[in-house]
Amino acid sequence: MKLSQLKLGQRGLIKDFPIEKIPLKLLEMGCLPGNDVQLLHIAPFRDPMYLNVNGSHLAVRKETAEEIEIEAFP
Amino acid sequence: MSKQINVALLGNPNTGKTSVFNQLTGLNQKTGNYPGITVEKKEGICKLPRGLKAHILDLPGTYSLNASSLDENLVIELLLNKNDKDYPDVAVVVSDAENLKRNLLLFTQVKDLGIPTILAINMADRMEKRGISLDVDLLEKQLHTKIALVSARKKTGLGKLKELIINYGQLSLKPCLNASSIDPEYFDGLQKKFPEESLYKLWLVITQDVNFGKLDRKKAENEAGFTPKEKSELKRLQQKETIHRYQFINNLLKEAMQVDVDAATDLRSRLDRVLTHRLWGYVVFFAIMLLIFQAIYNWSAYPMDLIDGFFAFLSEWTESLLPAGVFTSLLAEGIIPGIGGVVIFIPQIAFLFLFISLLEESGYMSRVVFLMDRVMRRFGLSGKSVVPLVSGTACAIPAIMATRNIEDWKERLITILVIPFTTCSARLPVYLIIIALVIPERKVFGIFGLQALTLMGLYVLGFAMSIFSAWVLSKILTIKNKSFFVIEMPDYKLPMLKTVGINIVEKTKSFVIGAGKIILAISVILWVLASYGPGDFNNAESIVTKNYIENTPPSEFSEEDLNTQIASFKLENSYIGIAGKAIEPIVQPLGYDWKIGIALISSFAAREVFVGTLATIYSVGSESEATIQERMAAEKNPVFGGPLYNFASGISLLLFYAFAMQCMSTLAIVKYETNSWKWPALQLIAMSAIAYIAALVAFQLLK
Repeated sequence: MKLSQLKLGQRGLIKDFPIEKIPLKLLEMGCLPGNDVQLLHIAPFRDPMYLNVNGSHLAVRKETAEEIEIEAFP
Repeated sequence: MSKQINVALLGNPNTGKTSVFNQLTGLNQKTGNYPGITVEKKEGICKLPRGLKAHILDLPGTYSLNASSLDENLVIELLLNKNDKDYPDVAVVVSDAENLKRNLLLFTQVKDLGIPTILAINMADRMEKRGISLDVDLLEKQLHTKIALVSARKKTGLGKLKELIINYGQLSLKPCLNASSIDPEYFDGLQKKFPEESLYKLWLVITQDVNFGKLDRKKAENEAGFTPKEKSELKRLQQKETIHRYQFINNLLKEAMQVDVDAATDLRSRLDRVLTHRLWGYVVFFAIMLLIFQAIYNWSAYPMDLIDGFFAFLSEWTESLLPAGVFTSLLAEGIIPGIGGVVIFIPQIAFLFLFISLLEESGYMSRVVFLMDRVMRRFGLSGKSVVPLVSGTACAIPAIMATRNIEDWKERLITILVIPFTTCSARLPVYLIIIALVIPERKVFGIFGLQALTLMGLYVLGFAMSIFSAWVLSKILTIKNKSFFVIEMPDYKLPMLKTVGINIVEKTKSFVIGAGKIILAISVILWVLASYGPGDFNNAESIVTKNYIENTPPSEFSEEDLNTQIASFKLENSYIGIAGKAIEPIVQPLGYDWKIGIALISSFAAREVFVGTLATIYSVGSESEATIQERMAAEKNPVFGGPLYNFASGISLLLFYAFAMQCMSTLAIVKYETNSWKWPALQLIAMSAIAYIAALVAFQLLK
């Protein structure tokens, strides 16, 4: 499933994403395959999304989150 | 003289790097610009034990050594150029305890360049509260470095850090990672061609799309006989490197860092639940904005009245003390009111920077970006445009520089183009004096002053106009955008008094000195133009006296009346009077007279000159001790009668200043940041036209 589909508070594991669609800065902040991610807050229209990625707190736009494939924990 | 140790301070944004810098250097620091570019350069001297000294360079905050902005380029170029006079003997990477994982990425990169590197873990005092415990020995061993646990807030650990800086020679230069393992064949080949360069340095030269001093990327590739790599391939390499480093870091921290979740008091999530809430988040944001404007208006009014009165008194006193003459009148009527026109800004500018730096330091500004991104995008802007637009209320120049972290060029360009509509502090004195003259001092709803609300309305108008023009521009400009957007949400922290204080002093000082030079020069020029004139000017006394005797019955003769008439005749026939008269037909439909016309002309250099100009014009030849505001209130409209500054002309002036592009420094910085004269020219023409039309319509409807 896509990162953008996470429920509030839900955790997941990052699996894969097309590298050309993801800003390098996001990788540097720890958004890499194998790292964990949690959705903390959302702005109106679920955009942007406030995440905890590998211990880093950051916000990305929904369109970026839609590119990232994850495996959600129940 | 003992040699200074060159220290470079590096680190992620929001790690309290600048606080550490402030604690090391105290007030022994200066802020300038790097030659040729507008990146701020902060450096200072730190006294070390045993009479040694360190020169400390506070480099811009960066997440990694992958160059994706001007600030980051600068960091890399410095670290790769051994011949730079600022090339560090030792690098200090400042990290915060909670984001150690992410901070170590930068640390390992700097370390791998072969520069002696110390790791300073800041905010160590908060580790216990967050349930964090670190195995410092293990970290030091695995990272081949020395670690100082510091707290800039509690002033602990700084002695240890200084001790480590002195002994930098003992630091291991062993790299943390072997960068060549990412593409062994390629890099082993490269290393053979350049045996004297560190491998990671070669890696950086190859993977970054920039040139570094004598190590040119193309040259490196050509000489080594390698085919240049494609851009997408470079990004893939950078990704591989990042993954590689994170594997190392994650494994290391699994052992060296324990987080006891139960012990952690989670202020962040409790505050975020309210401050990023889809309703309460916006309510809080607008409440804070309202509070800021109410506070700035009410708090700065007192010191401003004092300053205004003081300079009026100083002028008067100088004139009474010194013998009459050209020098005295230049001093009393040109220089002193000119300086007064600068000094009077200080209270508001200081308050504005106080609030902006409180919002930034506390971590709240990122929440504003988060809340506003979606809304701003509808108008072709980014959530990150909010900070520049809000900073624009202080000064457009730093605001335009602050757009650099907007990744998307179209969003960034639009932000730059619309920033000058926001109400910068230079407009504030113009607004304050006009509002005081034409808006009654009443309360509405019991608490809000009508004058404060008008001021707030003008700020809202500035924002509304920038948003509206952004929307228009986003429809007109055809630039393809790839909307990348990542923003760190730092933890909340209580702003440090020292950091905020130094920020206010530095920003106010550079503004007052920068703007002050222009204002002072223009004041003196204006005084000269107002004190000399051709033809009739030099025979003013005889002409006016002759008229006066002919037209006034002898019983009503008064010397005071005669002197006033001579003074105003002189002003009208001076050089500046002639220039003002020449543009009067253009500004009359807006409700202005030729004196305001002069102030408008001089404002095109910088709008803050307005009040100073009127101060100079009204005080030339005047003998009373009245403040500038009292003098303006006494002016009469030559065409319509009644006060010159009435509701209609006042509103017209406010609108003109709200929209007009009257700042040469802003035009210069826009030229620099966009690398083209096209954009500043567009700003100048479009904004002036909008200002004229708005002022014209307002006056004609209201008069």
